[in-house]
Amino acid sequence: MIAIDWSGTLTGVRAAWRREISAYFATPLAYVFVAIFLLVLGIFTWDLSRFFDTGAADLAPFFYWHPWLFMMFMPALAMRLWAEEANQGTTELLLSLPVNLPGLIIGKLLAAWTVAALALVLTFPWWIAVNILGPADNAAIALTYAMSLLMAGGYLAIGAAVSALTRSAVLAFVIGVLVAFILTAAGWPLVSGAVADLLGPSAGDAIAQFSFLTHFETAQRGVLELRGLAFYFGFIALCIALNTLFVSHRRGGAQ
Amino acid sequence: MLDLQNLRKAFDDHVAVADLSFQLNKGEVLGFLGQNGAGKSTTMRMVSGVLEPDAGDALINGHSIVSDRRRAQSQIGYLPEGAPLYRDMTPVTFLRFMADAHGLPRSERKNAVERVIADARIASVAGKPISALSKGYRRRVGLAAALIHDPPVLLLDEPTDGLDPVQKRAVRALVARMAPEKSIVISTHTLDEVPAMCSRVIVIDQGQVVADQTPKALADSRPGGLEEAFIALADSREGGA
Repeated sequence: MIAIDWSGTLTGVRAAWRREISAYFATPLAYVFVAIFLLVLGIFTWDLSRFFDTGAADLAPFFYWHPWLFMMFMPALAMRLWAEEANQGTTELLLSLPVNLPGLIIGKLLAAWTVAALALVLTFPWWIAVNILGPADNAAIALTYAMSLLMAGGYLAIGAAVSALTRSAVLAFVIGVLVAFILTAAGWPLVSGAVADLLGPSAGDAIAQFSFLTHFETAQRGVLELRGLAFYFGFIALCIALNTLFVSHRRGGAQ
Repeated sequence: MLDLQNLRKAFDDHVAVADLSFQLNKGEVLGFLGQNGAGKSTTMRMVSGVLEPDAGDALINGHSIVSDRRRAQSQIGYLPEGAPLYRDMTPVTFLRFMADAHGLPRSERKNAVERVIADARIASVAGKPISALSKGYRRRVGLAAALIHDPPVLLLDEPTDGLDPVQKRAVRALVARMAPEKSIVISTHTLDEVPAMCSRVIVIDQGQVVADQTPKALADSRPGGLEEAFIALADSREGGA
């Protein structure tokens, strides 16, 4: 059982956030991440979804790709968070600090989330474009952006927790993408339909409820569901708890 | 200041530290010696809160590392083996991070960073990336980080490893300057360093204390001095095993 000492959490959050932000922007990592994300999202929205051919003043063709791109990009952003600490031997430094572990874990996650938020903010030209095309439902767009950010946090939480399992950032990325793919594809009609055919409609629905895709699609329709919020926040909390467990395990002597 | 009470740690079937106990008072500088695998680093990791002991406890200024870890850790400055650092940072940004993590108020942070940069003599490299620094400078950055919150207890694992003679002398002088106000544990393989820095020496083998003396008393116990005494202690345990 893990005894969590919540005092000192904020100190840990602040220190870890600053450290990770510095690490992201001291190297080309954050810049490259943001640039490639914007480029790929732009190509997918423009070319594959034929954004301007739809003639509709909404961002559905743009948001459609978010879960699928986050599934790849967020584990890439989070893969080094703990794997690199283990690889460089700095886990020992962190564990010797007078802060509690969940604070460090939350701080690191928030730093990655900040970079993801920056990438999302830089997609604002799409929002402007859709308003030029015609009268857009800006409240629904704002809600979908907010849920997209929350969903990004979920994918990052997977990547961060998985990165605490290994010294290899590449391995953390591969496992992170695999887990993220399962949690995305579970809501894909092809998958949930196949499960429903095999095990019955209730099983298909149950599987879909564990998917990021399902809860994000609800938000895309302009509906704010408490169930969706609870799903994302609950999932992130679960990943933080698992991340704490994995890093705490190193206190017991695991290398 | 430092009170180790029957510390024990095993990794699978291998007992690394077995019921290790000793006390260290303010003003003492302890040379913590042992062969590779004797349990020195495991002990340091347990006392610093990095590893959880299987049994026993370490009290740091009265705070238990088992039940009151955060307060106990705030009383310790720890230089881990190999001085792991964030290579993408500069010494200044790294020391700011350490000051932050130790919860130093913003008003004190700048002074604390300047103080330890001066103490560790790293001003000339303070703005360079840590990845570009020599091993000796990295070790001094690690030492500066251990001192950032001016802790009463210092745990230094191989503090002079990789330093040139001038740098070693500077570290010795720093330890001597800090010694009256602190309890300092220095784990080292370099026996020459012990008489120069330490007022007391503990030798451990197979996780247990096999000698606890002043460096002079230990050196005088054998005609060949400290090195002979250290080898004799190790050999006697090997023979008895």
